Order: sequence, then structure tokens, then C-alpha cells
Amino acid sequence: MSSDETPASGGESLDAPRQSDDAPRNGLSGPAPEERPHPTGRRNSQGIRIDPEVEAEPKTRRTVLSTLVDHEPGVLAAVSGLFRRRQFNIESLTVGPTEDDDYARMTIVIEESDPGIEQAKKQLEKLVPVIAVTELDPDAIRRELALIKVDAEHPDKVQAVAEMYDGKAVDACSETVTVEITGSRQKVETAVEAFERFEIREIVRTGTTALERGARETADSTLADD
Amino acid sequence: MSERATPEATDESSAEQADGTADAPTETTATADQTPEERAADRPVTTGAESVIRALENAGAEAAFGVQGGAIMPVYDALYHSDSIRHVTMAHEQGAAHAADAYGVVAGVPGVCLATSGPGATNLVTGIADADMDSDAMLALTGQVPSDMVGSDAFQETDTTGVTAPITKHNYFADDPDTAGDMVGEAFALSEAGRPGPTLVDLPKNATLGETDREPGPATTPKNYNPETEATAEAVDAAARAIESADKPLLLFGGGVVKGDATETARQFAVDHGIPVATTMPAIGSMPEDHDLCLSWAGMHGTGYANMAITHTDCLIAVGCRFDDRLTGGVDTFAPEAEVVHVDIDPAEISKNVHADYPLIGDAGTVLEQVDAELAHSPDATEWREQCRQWKEDYPMDYATPEDEPLKPQFVVECLDAATGDDAIVTTGVGQHQMWAGQYWTFREPRTWVSSHGLGTMGYGLPAAIGARLAADDDQEVVCIDGDGSFLMTMQELSVAVREELDITVAVLNNEYIGMVRQWQDAFFERRRMAAEYNWVPEFDKLAEAFGARGWRVDEYDQVADAIEEAVAYDGPSVIDFHVDPETNVYPMVASGGANGQFALTEDQL
Repeated sequence: MSSDETPASGGESLDAPRQSDDAPRNGLSGPAPEERPHPTGRRNSQGIRIDPEVEAEPKTRRTVLSTLVDHEPGVLAAVSGLFRRRQFNIESLTVGPTEDDDYARMTIVIEESDPGIEQAKKQLEKLVPVIAVTELDPDAIRRELALIKVDAEHPDKVQAVAEMYDGKAVDACSETVTVEITGSRQKVETAVEAFERFEIREIVRTGTTALERGARETADSTLADD
Repeated sequence: MSERATPEATDESSAEQADGTADAPTETTATADQTPEERAADRPVTTGAESVIRALENAGAEAAFGVQGGAIMPVYDALYHSDSIRHVTMAHEQGAAHAADAYGVVAGVPGVCLATSGPGATNLVTGIADADMDSDAMLALTGQVPSDMVGSDAFQETDTTGVTAPITKHNYFADDPDTAGDMVGEAFALSEAGRPGPTLVDLPKNATLGETDREPGPATTPKNYNPETEATAEAVDAAARAIESADKPLLLFGGGVVKGDATETARQFAVDHGIPVATTMPAIGSMPEDHDLCLSWAGMHGTGYANMAITHTDCLIAVGCRFDDRLTGGVDTFAPEAEVVHVDIDPAEISKNVHADYPLIGDAGTVLEQVDAELAHSPDATEWREQCRQWKEDYPMDYATPEDEPLKPQFVVECLDAATGDDAIVTTGVGQHQMWAGQYWTFREPRTWVSSHGLGTMGYGLPAAIGARLAADDDQEVVCIDGDGSFLMTMQELSVAVREELDITVAVLNNEYIGMVRQWQDAFFERRRMAAEYNWVPEFDKLAEAFGARGWRVDEYDQVADAIEEAVAYDGPSVIDFHVDPETNVYPMVASGGANGQFALTEDQL
């Protein structure tokens, strides 16, 4: 078949057969890339149009997402799987029951840029067992708990340091004393540093749990009944 | 194998029990035109498995694709009594998932696939992931070992809900016979609600064998699942002002236009306001490709004119798309001077990859109607339309057919298009042949392009053709344009097409290469064709005959038309093995991460 024949007919005729004698043998005709007009605008890595001169990496910030979820198996795996797959930088995640047996509350601390935080919220909201996601105000009540087990060589000094941080000894034996510290993340961290003067055997920390102040709602379980 | 496998069975819709080999009491079969109450009265639910099938019937499921196996046997046993659901036994569970996916794409309702536990479930995984990436409505039902053995590494046990959690919209572990049917109904409804996606219900054997007399309730989405369908008035107002004042507006239709059944509204919007249209690959057919305003699809192998338009638009109105990297190229150079209006039903897609200046969260058709009502006037885009038309002339999708070179694959695609109706359905595998099919077939209708986009699953084409065939109208042709590599991955499903007497035409664009890999090796790996070269491929025409299908081999231009005519006319599965030029490359091509406007027309431009 010669190259100027139109394709075979059957059900219909083609409006414009595209085989052409002028076409290059392996490729297409038309102006080459350098012969085309090109716009000068650019977008940054978030897909936001920018002035190329002033592009800067977005700053990250630490924030708390309070997430109300159905209290059922598999939800924690779904949430943690989401953070793993989307590579959100997760600082801590705590989960526990709420005032309603049907729901659990997850307190998730992430450190991300603003677009990253928005994505995390929207991806969380997409999960079917997730009822509500709220980014807490910066002044929300935030607490974490640490248990610090140290050598019992100087029990009085351990007790004194614990009192400095409103903590208390919750277990003691001839070899060790275990102290419980509750408070903001920063307070717990300075307390841990303070106990480093003793021989620390083990530390366990809970991660942050948080609630809005005053009458403001955290993640509203009434949403579930809408 | 069920009695449905007899090749003599010709009436696709009738009860196979009629041949007398089955012992089912015929007075108790459920049919499609019964109401849920009539079904319940006719054949009350007695087990969890029966409630699962009842839930499917009540949801309107008419087809299911699957493979039998130990843990799913109770569900199959219940399916035995259903006349309203036609089950197609596939050769492999991957084929079942792809067939269900394609059925859903063509029919506009969720496709259903079934598999047993363990390997049955893991074989579904590729197909589920494929449906997830393309937001296709699909329901997978998997058998599972009894609940009290779950976690004990029992025979054919896999953590199916764990494995599929990242690739499903949502999945369920249904371990209670009383609620198994409700969960299946919910999973069905959820898969097609809002942004569609695959759902899965894992069914441990104790739940399906367990006794229950509970009829499943209607298929409804979970009470907390309430996607917004209408955009806010403020958002619509702001977007309308941006569109009115645009000089170079461009509509970008995504798969959401097709899935949201918004094609008519979207076309009308484009025509009424004189706005040129580019589409994404999943949206092929949403705008007739022979329409003046249609620039066909954009992206890595999209048309030069669509990519020029995307590069130069000052107002990109994207509807139901997720700005995949194969569309955008490097985000830094994607529509770099455009304000972006983004319509999507999934809020998580807004500003995920490309920042939306005007986010409009809602159903594609509803939101476009809202915007249309709010527009005081159409944008003044006369010059822009002329520019787009000029680009169509500047960057034609042409190709040469020199007699001293082997058959060109583009020519084969054009001939197949010419030999079939405007509403013919095209399914494809993944690779060069897929791109040529998308480029050189002129699509005019939605739901006629059925392909694997986001996941890029080689082997999708043939099982997809089987699913599409069951969903298509009888007079709609189904053509699978495949590659030799893709065809070899799932060609065992040809046995299903023969057994079920499905009228499909498979056109293998055989270049004896993993052609797209070969193209990339030539361009980016100094022509080292490692593991891309097949030094031997089977004779697909003879293989087709061995399966019981018809087969042709075509090497020359003058054989093309006759073979296509005979294959399309043959009422059954047929395979044409087109031996095409192994050195032909796909152009235009935007290098991975490159700028859309810099698309290469020849290899030396890459």
C-alpha cells in the first residue's frame, strides 16, 4: 500500500487521515522546542505560582491535630498507615476513649509546612472511620507524661528533683526509684535533663494529649450524629 | 468449574439451570426485576453468605467476576441461586479485578469481583490498586479463614484488610453473619459515592456459613460520609470573576467529568463560553476529539497543541483531575502563568500538587452549572481560540508510512477506528500501544476509553475487554489494543472470552519489544536495550486458535483492512497479531519532570 492511501474503510470514513508524506520517519513535524514561545512564570514545589527571585523553602511548624474516630479495630492502623505513606512528619500520636463509648480521640502532633498540615488534615478527613479533625489553637492545654526510672543510690535527691517538677515517686525498691512527671512537652524534657544527674535506667513517654481551653470544642463528637 | 462453562450456552442472560444439569429448585431463584421484599419473600436469607448475595442483588449488581476457592465457597454456593447476577469465571484473580474495574467504567456502576483468601486475595491486589489510582468504583469480596483461626497463619491465610488498606477507599472485616450483608451493601454504595474508588469486604468462613435470618438493609453509605456536592456561593462568585476576565482560558477535563456523569454539562459549558478543552487521559472521550474546541489530551504523550495551550493559558479551569505527574511534567513549569480554578469532589485534591487559586469543592456537573449561572459574560477569547487552532496546524499528529519500512502502528490504530462505530469501546494494556491508541483513535463518547492510567498495569487490556463486553450494549464493538508484552501478561483470559462467547477483537501491536522501555533506553540509556528485547514471542494468531478464538497475522499494509474487517465481523473473540515497526517511537514526548511546552517531536529533541 502506498503512503497516500487513506486507511481502510469499514464503519465510517476518517475526517482527516493523519498519515502524511511530509511527516518525519520517526517522529512528528512542527517547530522544535527552542523555536517555541516559553512563558517565564514558575511554580514552587507546592505548585504555587511564584516570583522565581524570591522563592524560599516553606517553614515548618509543630501543631496538634485532634481527631475523633470510630472506636473500632483497624482505625489506628489506617491513620498511622496514612502518615507513613504520605510521609508526614509525625512527632507523636496518642489514642484513647472519649466521653462516648463509640468514639476514640487521637491526638496527633506533626511538624510540617502549612500546605503539609492542610494536606494531613484533608487526608485524615478522607478516612471513612474519621469523624472530625481539628487543628488545636496554639494555647490549647497540652500534656504529656513521662515515667523515669533511676538508680536508688540517692532517694532523697531523686525525691527533691521530682518535687521541683511537680512529680512524684510512684515506685521504689532497693535498686531503683521510678518518678512520674506530667506537663507540657518542654517541662517533661527539662525534667528528663534534670534526672540525668542520676543513673537513668529507663524512660517512657506518652506523647502529647491535648484539649481546647474554655468552652471551645476539640473535635466535636456531636458531628457524628449529624 | 460451573455448568456455565459449557461452550454451547449461547443465551448470555438466561438461567443456566435450564439445561437440567443443575439441581437448584427453579422456583426460588432471585431475578433482577424483583424488589428486595419479593426476593426476601421468595428465598429468605438463612446464612451470612446468602445475605452477602442478597445485598449485591438489592444494590443492583448484575455481573461479578471471580475465581473459586476454599474460603469463598460459601459465597459462591449462595450465588448459585441468583439469576440476577451473571458470574464470569476468570482464569486469574488479577483478571477478575481488571474485568470488574472495566465493567464499572463502562456501566457506570461498581463492578464486583470475588476471590478466595490468601493467594486469591493477593492476586486481586494489582487490580484493586489499579482501580484505586484511577478512582474506579469496584467492590472486591474475599474469602477468609474462620475468625478464630485468623492470625494463626492458617492455610491460605493472608491479612487481606491489612494488605489492601492503602489501596482501597475503605475495607471491611465482616465476621458476623448478621451484618455481613449490610457491610457488603455499604461497601458497594461507598465505592461509587463521592469520589469513587475500590472497596473490599473480607468474609471469614464462619460469617458466610453462619446462620442468620436477617435480610440486609438497603445499600447506603456510612452516616459520616457526606461529600459536598455544591460549591459555596462565594467560591463560585470568585471563580466566575476570574473566568470572565481571562484572555486565554482553558478547560481541563479530568476523569471526574466522566465518572461524575458530567460530560453533557461540561461540553455545553465549553461550547457556550467558547473555551478550548484539553483532557487528561482518563477523560478521553469527555469532549469529542473531532470538535473544534477539543485539543485532545495533554501530558507526557499528549498532543503538542494541548501542551502548548496548558503552557500558555492564563486561566486553567480543571474539572475532576488530580494533576498527576504524567500530566503536569515538572510542576514548576506547569501552566506557569495560569490562575487555577479547580473543581473536585475530593477536598484532599485541592492544592495537593498544583495550588488552586479558586477551589470549588463539589460534583463536577453541579459546580459547572453553578459557575455557568454566575458568569455575567463569556471570556473574550477570540484570539486565544485562533492561537489554539494555529497550534493544531503547527503540531499535527502526522506520521509517515514509507514502503521500505515495516507496518506503522499508528496506521493500524486508524484503520481499527475507521472499521468500527463511533461508540466502539477501546481497552488497552500499558506502553507504546496504549499511547498510540489514545493518540490516533478519534474518541467521541465518554466511557469508550478503558485503560490503566495511574497505576500503569501491563496486562490490563484483555481482562478489561471482557468486563467492558459485559457492560457494553450488544451493538457496541469492543476492541482491545494491546502490546505483545502486555498481552503475554494476562492472555490466559482468552480462555474466558472463548468459553463465554464474548465478541471482542484483540489487536496486538507486536514489536517484539517492551517498546516503551526500549524507547527510554534509546533516549536515556545510550541504547542499551537490557531486558526490553524479546528475541522470541509466540505466534499470537496460532495461540488464539489454540484457545478456540480466531487468529490472523498481519505484516503488510495491504493485509490490514481485510484482517480487521474479518475480525470485527467475527462474532466471538478474535486476535490479530500485527507485526509493526519495532523502532517506531511515541511522540510527542515530555521528558519526565520536564516542561510540557518543551515536548520533543523527535528523539534528538529529548
